[in-house]
Formats: sequence, structure tokens, C-alpha cells
Amino acid sequence: MSLPLYALQQLINALSIGSLYALMAVGLAMVFGILRLINFAHGDMMMVAAYIAAFALIAGIPLPIALLMMVLGTILITLVMERVAYRPIRTAPQVAALLTSFAVGQILENSALLVSRFARKPEQIAFPSIDLLRGTLKIQLAADVLQIPKVNVVSLVLGIVLLILLSLFVTRTTLGLSMRAAAEDLQAAQLMGIDTNRVIVTAFVIGAILASVAGLLYAVQSGTINPIMGFSPVLKAFIAAVIGGFGSISGAVVGGFTLGLLEVVLTAVPGLGDILPAATTSPGVISFFKTYLPSSLTSYRDAFVFVILILLLLVRPGGILGTTDRDSAR
Amino acid sequence: MAGRAQRNGTLIVLGALLIFLISLSLSGSNFWQSIVINLGMYIILVVSLNLSNGFTGVFSLGHIGFMALGAYISAILSLPLSQKALYLPHLPAWLAATHLDMMIGSFPLGFLLATLIAGLVVTGVALVVGLVLMRLSGTFVSLATLGFLVIVRIVLINANDFTRGSRTFSNVTQYTDLWWVYAWLLVAIYMVWRIKFSPYGRSMFAQREDTVAAQSVGIVIMRPRLFAFAVSAFFTAVVGALWAHYLTSFSPNAFYFDLAFSIITMMVVGGMGSITGSIIGPILITIISESMRRVEDLTQLYGITQIVLAVLFILVIIFRPGGLFGDREINFAAIWGRLRSGRGAGEPKPQNVE
Repeated sequence: MSLPLYALQQLINALSIGSLYALMAVGLAMVFGILRLINFAHGDMMMVAAYIAAFALIAGIPLPIALLMMVLGTILITLVMERVAYRPIRTAPQVAALLTSFAVGQILENSALLVSRFARKPEQIAFPSIDLLRGTLKIQLAADVLQIPKVNVVSLVLGIVLLILLSLFVTRTTLGLSMRAAAEDLQAAQLMGIDTNRVIVTAFVIGAILASVAGLLYAVQSGTINPIMGFSPVLKAFIAAVIGGFGSISGAVVGGFTLGLLEVVLTAVPGLGDILPAATTSPGVISFFKTYLPSSLTSYRDAFVFVILILLLLVRPGGILGTTDRDSAR
Repeated sequence: MAGRAQRNGTLIVLGALLIFLISLSLSGSNFWQSIVINLGMYIILVVSLNLSNGFTGVFSLGHIGFMALGAYISAILSLPLSQKALYLPHLPAWLAATHLDMMIGSFPLGFLLATLIAGLVVTGVALVVGLVLMRLSGTFVSLATLGFLVIVRIVLINANDFTRGSRTFSNVTQYTDLWWVYAWLLVAIYMVWRIKFSPYGRSMFAQREDTVAAQSVGIVIMRPRLFAFAVSAFFTAVVGALWAHYLTSFSPNAFYFDLAFSIITMMVVGGMGSITGSIIGPILITIISESMRRVEDLTQLYGITQIVLAVLFILVIIFRPGGLFGDREINFAAIWGRLRSGRGAGEPKPQNVE
């Protein structure tokens, strides 16, 4: 494979992973922006969506109806979660709220486990394949063929469409405007006559919609689902949100794509040693990659990502966009 | 008067504990012994976590990472040489040749040494990590320490030469018994108790309640935070060593989010900032989860224990955010006073036992 093609393929990978992270991070950031609640159960909303979709598809329900059930089911569970667990602790310290969201996550995960037991399914369920998202897209480019899994293309397009819709909602509707006001200052917004409950519920619902789409795409990409599938994505979404300055929606989008790019670079650059054409590259360059950036470094990728998270929290708690946030980390 | 009652009360509790442990070890019931051993380890974990999270208010989610390091370090030190050559053939020469198995009579001194070395190494790690992370506060420190836990896990999985990666690390000698666990438990409780009622401890609580006010009376907030973090990392690593030499085989998966969350549940239910609560919390949660496990076996509803515990946790946070004890400790003098004067007969209501 030629080098530019390799780069292009990796870039598309990066963007499609990035759009998944962005979808998740936006939901987290919206709720955090208004309530200062880090909703750890956000990843479990994604898992719930994947489970509903999987069970509906396995039961033979046609795809459009199954997807509708997935989105509505996730919204319903999110509403219950907000009403029962998060509303009573709105004034509690941030750490107590964070811990509550862990507990909510535990409840969702173990419920998924119980449900799959009732349905006599294993802990790890194969996600039914969806014809639309199967296979790879082949594009002829000069002498080479660019191959991209269809689901990656769909993730990217769907992600961008949803994010554009969201930005229209936030900037062009009254409810969107109230959400931004509430994120600025919840109490002041309340004094201006904004129904804060409505705003908060809306933030959760939008988060649930985006998380359910992300859950579907993630499940298709990985092929299997399990109760703890949301753990790693939600951690990544946190990092994306922190990169963008926690609480900012546009920051979360930027953070999501930055993280996707960063991860792909951390994976792809060590792989260069194997991909560089030996005939035209000087042996020194190849041996540099093989010695100092061996492919085995890739397994430490997540560790690097978390080191970056910690550094960001310390040095730029306002995110790379550099907002001077009043809730800085100190 | 109050001091004497407190001392006598403590002595009575210690005596009762001793009688309980002796009768338990004489009874030879493996089932109950394993529950009590696990409970003891949980209590040390919760007491030491409380020192850092409860006393200073810097809420770490990464302590289980210290436990994992303690387990692996001590196990590598105490693994018999033949096993080491077989299972960990790529260890550096000095480690491959180390086997801490010295005995004094029937007392395994080597195990004690391995535990102490693991504890001290981890304390060093905690000082370095803490120097960076203790600058943060609120939810940010929780996220950063969670990041630390993830990093420890990734390193353990990838450091194949030392840890066998994600495969099970096994054939550790079983040294840990009731007496080891409860001896360490007493040391931990004694230390944390002394710290709580020392000027250092009070400055921990002061900067937790109001950072700015504490700074204005001359408390350098970094110092008590770092001290608490390091001491609690030491005892957490000790539990890691005890755990490793009790279970004898384990993998990085044992030290992850589930365990972290159960420890936090025990601490929050007992009360953040209370040593008494850190003892009662684990006892309560152990009773609930052991009885729920029976229910699980009967009904085949696996997972219901976790759901019940999580619901309990949310209820505590909503209705009793301070946990059972809050910051307070059991006060034997007040109990004694209440017992002597009959219930609530004009006596000022003791505010410490609920």
C-alpha cells in the first residue's frame, strides 16, 4: 500500500472514530454544562440502546421499527434515571453526584445481565448484522484501491448530520437558547423564568438520542455486545470532553475528533515501520520506527491517552480551546 | 472520666475481637474464616481509603491501582525460585534470584518483608502521583485518579515479563490467615486514628471544609493531602499483598472498577471521615451481599446483589449523604452514660451513636 493511501485510510478511520466520540462527548458535556454532573452512566445508555436494538432485531422486528424502539427505549430509561436518581441530588456535592452515576451504571449493567439471562443468552451477544452497514466501500484511486468499511462511512456521515442538527437546535430554537442560558448560569436562568426542569430533561433526552446512535454504530463495528461495553467509550468521551473544555458543546465535538485523530496517530505511526516501502526509504528511517516506535507500543495507546488527560487537567483545565472556565479544576 | 470510659470501651472491643478470632480459628470452619478474612481486608481498604478520600475530601477512584501494584510486587518477591524460572523467565537477574522465604521458627519473616517492601515502593509511587494529582480537586481529581487506575491496569497487562500479562499470576504461597489480616487491621486502625486526632488530621478536615479559610490560617493544603494519600496508599498496597498471598492466584482483572466501586460503597455507607463507619460499613455490606448471594443462588437471578447494593448506595446519598456516622466516632463514654442513667433520662442526647 502506498503511503498517501495509508494516510488517507487512517484519516478516515480517525474521523469515524472521532465522530463516535463526539456523539458521546456532546451528551456528557451538555449535562455537565447545566448540572455540573459527570454522568458516568452515559456509557451504559449506549449499552442499553445496543441491547434493545439487538433484542429487537433478533426477534425479527424490521430495521426501522427496531431503531425507533431503540431510541425511544433509551430515552425512556434515561428519563427514569434522571427523575429517580439525579433529580433528588441536584444540590449535592459534585463528587456525590458522580458516585450516584456510578451506581446508576451498575444498576443498568446488571439489569442487562439479568435480561440476557432471562432470554437465555450468553453474557456476550453477537450483534445481528445489518445489511446496510455490512461490507466495505471500494474506491479506485489511480493504481490503488481505497477500502473503507461501510459502517465507518455511515458513522462519519451520521455523526456530522446529527451534530449539525444539534447546533441548529441549540442556536435557532427557544428551548436551545434556554439550554445555553442554563449552562451559563442555572440560577440566573431560573430567575429569568426558564423552566429549568424542562431544560435539564431536554439535555438528558438529546444525550440519550446521540448515545443510542453511537451505541448502534459501536455495536455494529465491534460485532458483539456485553453489559460493560459502555465503559471504555464513556472514558474516552470524558477525555474528549476535557480536551474541549468540559461543558462546552462545540468543545466536545472538537475534543471527540481530536481524540480520534490522536488515537489513530498513536496506532498508525508505530505501524509505519512495516508499511514504508523498503526500496525507496532509507533503512535508517525504517529501523528508527522498528526500534523506537515498535508496533507493540500500540498496546500502551490507552495509557498514553490517559496520561494526556491528566496533563490536560493540570495544565489546561479549560480545554485546548482555551476558554477560561470559572469551574477550573483547582 | 470520658477518657477512661473510652479506653475501657476500646479494651472491651479488642478483647471481644480476640475471643471471636480465637473461637473462629478453633472452629475450623473454612467458610466463615474466609468471610471474616475478606471482611478484614475490606475494612483495611476502607479505613485507608477514608484517610485519603474522607478526611481530605480529595476523592480518589484510583486506590485499587495501589492494591494491584502491592499484590504484584509482593508476589514477585515471594514467589519460589523454581516457579519464577518457569513462569516469569524474562525477569531481570536480580529479581529472578530473589526469594523472600526467610522463617523465624514458624513465622514467615520473608512474607512480612515482601509486604513491607511492596508497601514502601507503592508509597513512593503514591508520592510521585500525588505530587501531581493532589493539586486537583472536586470531580477532576476523581477523573484523574480513575485515569491512574486505567494506566496501572494497562501497564500490568503489557508488562508481560513481570506479570504474565493478562494471564493468571499463580502459585503464590498462601501465607495470609486470620492473624495476619487482623494484625494489619489493628495497625491500620491505630495509625489512622492517631492521624485523625493529630494536628495534621485536623488540618486535613479543615482544608476539606474550606480550602481558602484553611490556607488563611497557615495550612499548606498540599502537605496534609499528600501525607494522607501516601499513608493510605501504603495500607492499600499492604492489603494487595495480603490478598495475593491469600488467593494465591489473580489477574489484572481482579483489581479494577468493580472492586473500586464496592470499596467506595462501603465507605460512603459507613460515613466519609469516620473510622467507626469504615468498620461498620464493610460489615453491613458483607452481611447484605452474603445473604443476597444465597438469594441469587436460589433464584438464579445473578446480578441482583449488585443492583441491591447500588440502590442502597443511591438511597444513602439521597437521604443520608454523610453515611451512617458522618465524621463522628463511637463514643464509649456516652454509651456508658446512657446505659447507666436509663434511656434518655434527662441525659444530653449522645450525638455520636445513631
